[in-house]
Amino acid sequence: MITLGPYASFIVMSYAAAALVVVLLIGWVMLDYRSQIARLRELDRSGVTRRSGRSATDRS
Amino acid sequence: MTLIDLANPTRFLALTARLLPWLAAATVILLTIGLYQSALAPDDYQQGATVKIMFIHVPNAWLSMFVWGVMSIASLGTLVWRHPLADVAAKAAAPIGAAFTFLALLTGSLWGRPMWGTYWEWDARLTSVLILFLMYLGLMALWRAVDDPSRAARAAAVLTLVGAINLPIIKFSVDWWNTLHQPASVMRIGGSALDKSFLIPLLVMAIAFTLLFVTLHLAAMRNEILRRRVRSLQMVQASRVAFSSELSAGSREENASKEAGAA
Repeated sequence: MITLGPYASFIVMSYAAAALVVVLLIGWVMLDYRSQIARLRELDRSGVTRRSGRSATDRS
Repeated sequence: MTLIDLANPTRFLALTARLLPWLAAATVILLTIGLYQSALAPDDYQQGATVKIMFIHVPNAWLSMFVWGVMSIASLGTLVWRHPLADVAAKAAAPIGAAFTFLALLTGSLWGRPMWGTYWEWDARLTSVLILFLMYLGLMALWRAVDDPSRAARAAAVLTLVGAINLPIIKFSVDWWNTLHQPASVMRIGGSALDKSFLIPLLVMAIAFTLLFVTLHLAAMRNEILRRRVRSLQMVQASRVAFSSELSAGSREENASKEAGAA
């Protein structure tokens, strides 16, 4: 069992804040990716294509 | 694959698609090991268990400067070599660097209260890191304020390179001024002053957070490339709409003149 002593709240808050910020960063990156892919699919459906002729969502 | 090959955004997207799962897995494994070692690290003879805050605070503080360093190199890429992905890299790194700097300030404050008796002190180290955080926010605001990405990139690159002056100030502030913050104890001449029982978990956490940054940065760069693709396709769409409305207006005028001639 880990004992954190009299300043346990400061230690727990530090780790919790770090976890929260990291989760927010990961969430932001994932949601942003989904949003961009959704917008590209929308453009693809409306018939707008890239100069190369590839689909807007084609990542290769 | 060379740096020149990566200048092609499509090739870069293909590379990130292959790399990201491996990087994410390596980050999770190293973070798990680092957190486990941090939990088992002994109490410090003076600080007690609060020394565990170091394993979160120090990697974030290092990364806050490292990310600005990455952005500075990317800015040189924008201004000197005009690498097509340089400004994408700089823009994508800014919010991640801001988050790490915020965590360095917050965890430092939470460590300072029990150890120094205060959450904040306007000493050189704390103030220079706060300035770094504000510069990150300023840079993000600049990117959002200018619509054209290439114009924003040049202004942001200049601001980033000017802001890089703050990095040696942060690093050496504890030597140049009399600060409440302790001097360097890991990266210093004569080797680390930390015992192995603290140094090893700290280095594992530092590598884990660096991998986290690399993973998030590549993912954010991929998103930025896709955002720019959306922007250019929307411009194509808008120009098509404008062209077709001009065509229909032109044919209406032609019909009207024919009708007038017949009459």
